[in-house]
Amino acid sequence: MIDTLVHLALVLALPPLLTGVIAKTKAAFAGRNGPPLLQGYWDLAKLLRKGSVLPAGSTWVFLAGPVAGVAAPLLASLLLPFGGHEAPLSFAGDMILFAYLFALARFFTASAALDTGSAFEGMGAAREVAFSALAEPALFFGFVALARISGSLSLSGMLGSGPGWVTAGAPLVLVAASWAVVLLAENCRIPFDDPNTHLELTMIHEVMVLDHGGPALGLVLYGASVKLFVLSALFLRVVFPFNATDPNLDWLAFVAGILLVAIGIGVVESVMARLKLVKVPQLLVGACLLSAFGMLLLAR
Amino acid sequence: MEAASPGGVLLLGAIALVALSGLPGLIARKGGSGGERLSALLVGAGALLGLVASARVLFLGRSFRVELPSPLPGGPLLLAADPLSALFLVPVFLVPALGAVYGLGYWPEAEHRRDARKLRFFYGLLAASMAVVLLARSGVLFLVAWEVMALAAFFAATTEDRQPEVREAGWIYLVATHAGTLGLFGMTALLARTTGGFAWEAPEGGLAVTASSSVVFLLAVVGFGGKAGLFPFHFWLPGAHGGAPSHVSAVMSGVMLKVGLYGLLRVVSLYGAPPAWWGGLLLLLGAGSALFGAALAAGQGDVKRLLAYSSVENVGIVTTGIGLALLGRSAGRPEWVALGLGGALLHVLYHSLFKPLLFLGAGAVIHGAGTREMDRLGGLLRRMPRTGAAFAAGCAAALAFPPLAGFFSELVVYLGLFRAFAGPDSSLLAAFAAPALAVAGAVALAAFTKLFGVAFLGSPRSDEASHAHEPGRAMLVPILALALLVAVAGLLSPLLAPGVDAAIRAWVAPAVPPGSVEALLHPVPPLASLVPLGTIALLGAALLGLLALFAGLLALRLRRASVARGATWDCGYARPTARMQYTGSSFGDWISGRLTPAAAAPVLEVRRPEGSFPRSAAVSAPRARDPLLRRLLEPFASRWARRFHDLHALQEGRLTIYLVYVLGTLVALLAWSALRGWVLPR
Repeated sequence: MIDTLVHLALVLALPPLLTGVIAKTKAAFAGRNGPPLLQGYWDLAKLLRKGSVLPAGSTWVFLAGPVAGVAAPLLASLLLPFGGHEAPLSFAGDMILFAYLFALARFFTASAALDTGSAFEGMGAAREVAFSALAEPALFFGFVALARISGSLSLSGMLGSGPGWVTAGAPLVLVAASWAVVLLAENCRIPFDDPNTHLELTMIHEVMVLDHGGPALGLVLYGASVKLFVLSALFLRVVFPFNATDPNLDWLAFVAGILLVAIGIGVVESVMARLKLVKVPQLLVGACLLSAFGMLLLAR
Repeated sequence: MEAASPGGVLLLGAIALVALSGLPGLIARKGGSGGERLSALLVGAGALLGLVASARVLFLGRSFRVELPSPLPGGPLLLAADPLSALFLVPVFLVPALGAVYGLGYWPEAEHRRDARKLRFFYGLLAASMAVVLLARSGVLFLVAWEVMALAAFFAATTEDRQPEVREAGWIYLVATHAGTLGLFGMTALLARTTGGFAWEAPEGGLAVTASSSVVFLLAVVGFGGKAGLFPFHFWLPGAHGGAPSHVSAVMSGVMLKVGLYGLLRVVSLYGAPPAWWGGLLLLLGAGSALFGAALAAGQGDVKRLLAYSSVENVGIVTTGIGLALLGRSAGRPEWVALGLGGALLHVLYHSLFKPLLFLGAGAVIHGAGTREMDRLGGLLRRMPRTGAAFAAGCAAALAFPPLAGFFSELVVYLGLFRAFAGPDSSLLAAFAAPALAVAGAVALAAFTKLFGVAFLGSPRSDEASHAHEPGRAMLVPILALALLVAVAGLLSPLLAPGVDAAIRAWVAPAVPPGSVEALLHPVPPLASLVPLGTIALLGAALLGLLALFAGLLALRLRRASVARGATWDCGYARPTARMQYTGSSFGDWISGRLTPAAAAPVLEVRRPEGSFPRSAAVSAPRARDPLLRRLLEPFASRWARRFHDLHALQEGRLTIYLVYVLGTLVALLAWSALRGWVLPR
């Protein structure tokens, strides 16, 4: 029960911190002071108090995007083990629910973009749905490989502590590499998308939410950070599937690990440039092949 | 089990009511509404009886078997209902009944004096013949019902036969269905040689697998797969489903495809130990169908053709499940059977809810906005809020979003595939099938975002779209009823599971009779013991709660704050117009233009500008042709058509000449059999 409460508290409270950590890391690389670590929280507080301008002629779908964007990742987080602690909810096949929850959020975000009737937002929506069609198999090949390694059909079992790194090190390296790419692509980070860009033509996720403002934009930002948090936790557990003896230490290790992943993302964003848009599918297909090879190594 | 069993009487009565529903209308006053109301009433009453009878078989285990004496060669006519037939009977009765009500508003006698009677007659015949196909257990009766179904579908689908595209699609369908039927004739004949009769009933332990049974299997895949729209036999489907009146499309896509899948299931169930490559082939075809259907759906500009390709995808998902179940039979893994077939059967049920919903919704769009080209639609959600919301629910169910209908069935199939790789006796094909289905799902997401987003959201792209209107009550009620079913069917899947279990047991029963040693040692586990459907349904309800919570909070916040309306952001341009919106063609371009191999991309008809003063140029996105048809079959067919040109002389066009042909063939066959008996004495 306590574990579930901590789990909930972490997933509700921590996500905006990650964006702050990434921004700080990037600022450190650029030799700037950067925004305060807690800027994400201040932004949310400000946006929630603001009024809104809705695009002329938009419908309930325009607001359903932000709502689904928060609700789906939050529910998905309940299926995921955080560090050494098992997920609050676990059943055979929960990885499918996990993946399809993100699909649900994607559908409504893209639909909300199309609801504005703006050329740019439609363009962003088209890119989002096309690119994630390439990221999806990478995720699933990884799931299949993990199910094979662990012999389990639930996320808690697949990501439980085990001798995976000893007995199946090579497949795990491939899956981890592939999922690192998925993590960056799904959260629209460099090299796929630049969250700080101000040119609509090159954006993917940001361009879909150009028309959202006030509380709706707050939900969008919060939902995006929850998604980043959840996928980081997934990635972290593949890379570091070990448990400490003390449950409290496990929570500490988890928080430290998540912050390290955020710093890692910040480093990647600082040292790399954005890819040309036409190159994006190539990198994603590469990621799929990595995890497919990982799975093939297990087929004996 | 006798002929007089109440279940049999109920079911045969229901079929008769549906079959005859179009008859009174033929003699009723032309242009009056009496005939059409009576026909809808008859279909509805028949469907109600039929649903009750099917539920009795499915949930109470009241199977029955009827033998009718027949003057035809091939033994008595056998009709039997086991839970497997009963499960497929549910959509066969449900969808046509809703479609018949819808037809009152969509194809009223008063507006379609020329063809409304014909449509109603063949509509009833189509629904009834599908039910007979599901009950027939003797080859002769099966083939007769099959042919009636194929022809009734042809006449119903070509109702608008004054349009050249509809005629063309109709001919392609007719050729395809008859090619498939030819395969089924061969299959039936081969089966009859092995079993010594036309009854499709297996001996204890199932039929032995020999070289000829592999031919039977391949013929079944071609014949039944063709009817089901399985890739690569799907080429007739988009045209036929797209051109038919929408409630006929709903029946064809939602129900008739499943009859093909049923036939495949029924025939393979007769065999004791299917070889592993049977399941492997179906897994491959299923995954290929799913990928191909989804990729082509994303490239369509026509609302109904997009939905038709999505049916190809969904048939692929079902076939993947069937393939896994067959693999489980070969490998002796009953849990693969339960998950594969369980998922497939659930998906059959659920697809027959959400696809008719989407087709009826598309019909409402055609009715309200006068076009089915996405790039002439837009902003319909504001003009048609109820149809639009129901359509959104249909899209979400087609994309298998929790907690709607499609999610539960796909989850079961996925789980079976994972299990087939994770455990011992692992199957590598299954390991590849799961990610393949995931890609298909993600590409389908692109297709349905395009469909819903371009047609229903944004601003209207044409005058027709900006004056669209909500349909009348006769059309709206079936749409809303289906939307309600789609919303609750998933949450109710724990209650459906026992029925699915019964159908799975019926599928396994011919090979592994209940009570045999094998059945006791390796029983097929119930679905509920492998998948926590109840937990998932609860989580789905929790998701709905969470969505409602955040929506409520946002609404509360917005009510207190100042909310204004303004122009959308178009890079600082202050007067954006509807024509500046992203079009459906552009939206699908990433998938169908860049990520799909060029050979599999839809073929556009391009009319290039010519000469110094070009008159017109066009790219016909809405009529994008199926690549298989255009690149492979049409060149092939036209080459052979030229070669056989001289045979046209035989086509006299006079009935007497054809009768002479028949007589001549008979005499020749008699002579041959007499000669054979003479030359090769037994």
